[in-house]
Amino acid sequence: MFAVVMLAGIYGLVSASFFVAMDAVDVAFTEASVGAGISTLLMLTTVAMTGRTEHMASHKPLLALFVVTVTGGLLIYGTFDMPYFGSADAPIHNHVAPRYIYDSMKEIGVPNMVTSVLASYRGFDTFGEVTVIFTAGIGVLALLSVVQRPKSEAVIEAINDSMHEKHLILRVVIKTMIPFILLYAFYVQFHGDYGPGGGFQAGVIFAAGIIMYALLFGLSAARQVIKQPVVQLLSAVGVLIYGSVGLVSMLNGGTFLDYSVLSADPIAGQHLGILLIEFGVGLTVASVMIIIFFSCSARSEYQQAKKGESL
Amino acid sequence: MTTILGLYNYWIVIVLMMIGFYIIIAHGHLIKKIVGLNIFQTSVFIFYISVGKVEGATAPIWQEGIILYSNPLPHVLILTAIVVGIATTALGLALIIRIKEAYGSVDEDDIQAMDNQDMVNQDKEQQQC
Amino acid sequence: METVLSLLSGFFLLLGSFLCLSGGVGILRFPDFYTRMHAAGVTDTLAAAMILIGLMLQSPEMLVIIKLMMILLMTLFISPAASHALGQAAVLNNLLPLVDLNMNHLAKNTTAGDESSKS
Repeated sequence: MFAVVMLAGIYGLVSASFFVAMDAVDVAFTEASVGAGISTLLMLTTVAMTGRTEHMASHKPLLALFVVTVTGGLLIYGTFDMPYFGSADAPIHNHVAPRYIYDSMKEIGVPNMVTSVLASYRGFDTFGEVTVIFTAGIGVLALLSVVQRPKSEAVIEAINDSMHEKHLILRVVIKTMIPFILLYAFYVQFHGDYGPGGGFQAGVIFAAGIIMYALLFGLSAARQVIKQPVVQLLSAVGVLIYGSVGLVSMLNGGTFLDYSVLSADPIAGQHLGILLIEFGVGLTVASVMIIIFFSCSARSEYQQAKKGESL
Repeated sequence: MTTILGLYNYWIVIVLMMIGFYIIIAHGHLIKKIVGLNIFQTSVFIFYISVGKVEGATAPIWQEGIILYSNPLPHVLILTAIVVGIATTALGLALIIRIKEAYGSVDEDDIQAMDNQDMVNQDKEQQQC
Repeated sequence: METVLSLLSGFFLLLGSFLCLSGGVGILRFPDFYTRMHAAGVTDTLAAAMILIGLMLQSPEMLVIIKLMMILLMTLFISPAASHALGQAAVLNNLLPLVDLNMNHLAKNTTAGDESSKS
């Protein structure tokens, strides 16, 4: 199972390089951080809790093979009508896309067209996406949360000292690196207008920094830094910021999520709107990733404690 | 390429999609099913992004003097899709952890056998009452 | 000046690619976990550093050079730590390195060398 998870992580990274080869830099950034980073980490945590071996199936899956081959053949037959790879006159390039490409600089003034489409032209879809992440965080909390008594200072100090000698080099190096990782997350967040980046990637990188701290210094020490009620509140606040920007636009006379009415100059209004909602998105994504990892770890500790009691 | 070989990106996507599909329906271990789902999702992403690419164009970030850009619309859709995919994966893995606690195993056949056994026991109890 | 920079950058890029390839071959062909980890570490640290230096010599403006230098600094910090983490995990889990404890054939070689140099 361990090899399966590692290969899945490598597959995520290789598909990120596919995306770079096809000029999709924002997507490659997200896929690399999410598919090769967080996804591998969560699967490793699950494998650690469910065991590394699987027992082999007793029957040969011939029916599955047959269904797969037939479906594949039908799909290949269906592709003969599709436009060729890279053709500039495919239907996809002729309707809305020219307006997004050529007018987004005039209407919104943000060089990264993906950010302008994501945050302004299709802002409602992004709202739904933030809500989906928030719901996943709530779901994981509902499934995996454990009532915890916070450990006393003395116990945390004792755990820290016992781990210090064994992991000295890693601790020193990672302690130096974590501020830079968090700084990079902020850079990606606020630079999403000018280059690849934006709220999602920034949230995932921020969460990765915190998770690294938790891996090296213990879950209880990390919980002292990032308190559970605070991070749960922050994940909701991110969605709230997004919705409030939309409501404020309605109160100012525009439609929901129309940023042009947020300030006297429409372009400045667009910039302000995009900044605020990307901030909300980054906040929610970072908090939800931290919640998911902390819940999995806490569950693992709880399982080990129960096994220790029953023995 | 403007011959039939110009469709090779779709064929690669279909091969990956069928591999993911086969893993989901043929393997019994629940984590392998999630990995198969991941492969399926990634193949759909590659499909959308490859449809949006224009030959000789550059990434959709506005720069002085460049006229031809790749289509940004599929990029936006796939950005959303990747994040929704990770949310689904996280929730699926949380469910697997709870299933392991409740049933003791994460193999589909074992879980099915235990459920059938529970139903048989329930029927027996009802007959006795 | 331009050609010298291009040649140097090409040289570094080629060296980096060769190190990547040799690291890959090493992972497949080395007999033991620790030697394989050394091959992976070479790819992570040295090959990445060579490729980054090659790119730095080629870039047109100062901002790109500074960004690449930051990436190089981070790589030099983090990749050795990653290799160390791998090695330490193996040692803590009692995976012993493959060591040939039979020293007799070494003694035979040295006496054979002395004989051949004498004769």
